[in-house]
Amino acid sequence: MSELTELTIAEALAALRRRSISAKELTDAHIAAVEAARSLNAFIVETPLHARAAAKEADARYAKGEARAIEGIPLGIKDLFCTKGVGTTAGSNILRNFVPPYESTVTQKLWDAGAAMLGKLNLDEFAMGSSNETSAFGNVANPWRRKGENCKLTPGGSSGGSAAAVAARLCLGATGTDTGGSIRQPASFTGIVGIKPTYGRCSRYGIVAFASSLDQAGVFARSVEDTAILLGVMAGHDPKDSTSAKIAVPDFSAALSRGVKGLRIGIPKEYRVDGMPAEIDALWKKGAAWLKDAGAELVDVSLPHTKYALPAYYVVAPAEASSNLARYDGVRFGLRQPGKDLTDLYERTRAAGFGKEVRRRIMIGTYVLSAGYYDAYYLKAQKVRALIARDFAEVYKNVDAILTPTAPSAAFALGEKSADPIAMYLNDVFTVPANLAGLPGLSVPAGLSADGLPLGLQVLGKAFDEEMVFRVGRVIEQQAAFAAKPEAWWRVA
Amino acid sequence: MSIDSKTVKRVARLARIRVEDAELDHLAGEIGGIVAWIEQLGEVKTDGVEPLAALNGLTLPWRADIVTDGDKASDVLANAPQAVEGFFAVPKVVE
Repeated sequence: MSELTELTIAEALAALRRRSISAKELTDAHIAAVEAARSLNAFIVETPLHARAAAKEADARYAKGEARAIEGIPLGIKDLFCTKGVGTTAGSNILRNFVPPYESTVTQKLWDAGAAMLGKLNLDEFAMGSSNETSAFGNVANPWRRKGENCKLTPGGSSGGSAAAVAARLCLGATGTDTGGSIRQPASFTGIVGIKPTYGRCSRYGIVAFASSLDQAGVFARSVEDTAILLGVMAGHDPKDSTSAKIAVPDFSAALSRGVKGLRIGIPKEYRVDGMPAEIDALWKKGAAWLKDAGAELVDVSLPHTKYALPAYYVVAPAEASSNLARYDGVRFGLRQPGKDLTDLYERTRAAGFGKEVRRRIMIGTYVLSAGYYDAYYLKAQKVRALIARDFAEVYKNVDAILTPTAPSAAFALGEKSADPIAMYLNDVFTVPANLAGLPGLSVPAGLSADGLPLGLQVLGKAFDEEMVFRVGRVIEQQAAFAAKPEAWWRVA
Repeated sequence: MSIDSKTVKRVARLARIRVEDAELDHLAGEIGGIVAWIEQLGEVKTDGVEPLAALNGLTLPWRADIVTDGDKASDVLANAPQAVEGFFAVPKVVE
């Protein structure tokens, strides 16, 4: 039944509708794949009972002709989305035993459309990381390895479990969140498609907050079409999130076949950074040539403040994190460490419950917001952020979408960058600007490195124009015809 | 500016994170390195630039000031490390 795990969501839905496969068969094949892949450590919790119950209902609905949009599709959920009655850890010891009494809006929409939950996926602690190495639940291994090597590589982060699970054919799709690149960079590192939609496109209700002005939910899948299908289900206004936009959700799938003929695609010169491997630059040029061949016009553009996006991000994101994570005080929920008084309880709880990277970011955030430094750091960063958003607005007067590499490297080895925080932060150099400006971005696998590792290209669009991003992404997908997949070295019989 | 261990201690206190004295110097170096890197923002001319307050022109909506949810005391307390008779319990704060 291994071929069932090779299907795309679109193919699986077609087969389910034809009744040539059952939701039970599809779900069981995925549950078996999950159980055989524990060495990847992609899942924090497996939920086969949830998946089987959903499959049973799905089969009943197909029999009655009452199937919903993604009836019977088995998905993984990043363990940052609250799931009612199923532990939600955010990859942190402080939430190790937290069981939400409510469901996030995004996951509720997925269940209401018929999806089945295979489990909760590993991630960097509170989504703070670019390699999944800050999780309190251990590293996730990338299903991909360098040609001829057995060394374990990072799947990227923070949504490392989600990316690894989809790439390893453990689920047909998975949710992720993207605050600075946490969907797009892991998608690039694992050879799959990932989209971060426009800020405000999906509700943040029930997603454990990291940096509220940057966080956005999105999805991973193995084709552009599949991400369009899933995003269509997840998106939409939610009165429970005041920052979710009251803007109608278009039929994303319908945009896929429109092609790029006559479109203007921007190539930003500032994304040609020092030290970027020649093969990534070459792939970027190839991607541009594909779009040109398909009828698009390439336009050299400039986003002059790109260089300052990362430092601005590392003020804004920690500042918001320090505020959001103030709620973990050992009193209302989460871990508690006893103390001699209330302050001592707070301090011991937070020291024990948060890992090193999270403590570091909370302290940086506290510092940049503290009296006397607020104007110099936080206000300055928000001004630079306004300039970054303005750069994009100027460029979008003249182009329909922007093409860049997704990440400045292929997947690196576990441990390779964990000692140097700034080297780790530089992973997000191409993805962070879209978060600061609130714009949609898609990573699509476009080729392999000399080492045999996947590399992605990123398509950025205008606010609320995911249709354009899908359109351009679909053309790159067709031209790249990326068919490589990792060997299943992790599988136990 | 460089960050000294005294600053780290003050910030850790503000953030309510216990830091052992032995860790202070190391943290000062690490946080100081990141803050020094952030300071390149000083190169950007931002005179007359309004700090970004809303993305994509979206402003926060108003709603009626009415209760829309509630009566969930047991849900609210379900994850409390210590709950007593419908309240969160903490160590004694008033002598």
